[in-house]
Amino acid sequence: MEIKVLKDILSANDQMAERNRALLDSKKVTVLNIMSSPGSGKTSLILETIRALKKQVRIGVIEGDIASTIDAQKVGEEKVPVVQINTGGECHLEAGQVGRALESLPLDKIDLLLIENVGNLVCPGEFKLGEDKKVLILSVPEGDDKVHKYPLLFSMADAIVVNKIDLLPYARFDVPAFLKAVRGMNRRARIFQVSCTTRKGIEEWTKWVTSNLGQ
Amino acid sequence: MHELAVTQSMVNLVLEEARKGNARKVKKINLVLGELSGVVGECVEFYFGLMSKDTIAEGAAISFSTVSTQARCRQCAKVFEVKESDWVCPECHSVGVDLVAGNELFVESIEVE
Repeated sequence: MEIKVLKDILSANDQMAERNRALLDSKKVTVLNIMSSPGSGKTSLILETIRALKKQVRIGVIEGDIASTIDAQKVGEEKVPVVQINTGGECHLEAGQVGRALESLPLDKIDLLLIENVGNLVCPGEFKLGEDKKVLILSVPEGDDKVHKYPLLFSMADAIVVNKIDLLPYARFDVPAFLKAVRGMNRRARIFQVSCTTRKGIEEWTKWVTSNLGQ
Repeated sequence: MHELAVTQSMVNLVLEEARKGNARKVKKINLVLGELSGVVGECVEFYFGLMSKDTIAEGAAISFSTVSTQARCRQCAKVFEVKESDWVCPECHSVGVDLVAGNELFVESIEVE
């Protein structure tokens, strides 16, 4: 006997993401799911965002890593609530892990929740966490061809941050070709060019972040 | 890369559907995988062997139906298969496309007794 199923394999994760979404909406928390390969600058962008906005916006952070609490310690030094999730080998965060992390955060005192996903340009794209916006970071040394190699994440991102633009004189990164390739598969994403080292472009980025608050 | 989590979710889904259908044994699982999902069938089979042990799905065959990446050109509306990461429309050579297929990841049906 054949039973028709026609259900998405990750529907259980999607349901948990919806549950997170409902809780976060009720608490009026705006959530960014920040994804990139390892070393592109997720933690640096989070730190710069906190430094730029913490006087006017109450920020919380969830750090996802396979192992260690290095990132959570760095963020904790900025005196914002932070929860570290160690996935123990899994290459991405899942909605259930985020749901448990939310229990440890003072959601009534948070306007903006930044979730740093596990460093990976493939897997995090498949797993919704309950975020409002998906943010993808690509750093200049990785090369502009990554759009073609990891189309899923580039096609679904709401914002794409090109980080480390201070390295443009030293790296082969064709900005016009990159912008054209991104626009080819994603018309709606906002694209930012920043350097977390020199802070160039950070203000434009944080303006976009605050424009998403309270929606 | 994330086959462990995908396979675990698949096993849960299959067992739940089998239970709803009062099945005693799951013989076959028909999966649909889009190229862009990046899920590798061999890995799914490997994990499935471990995770289905001592369940009614133990020993079930998995059939993979792969969906190629398809895009629709925003200029001329031509639907074309994206090969070797070439997202340029073969008809009018413009670069603006919308994804039509390729990110599927679902259980189409199960065969039970």
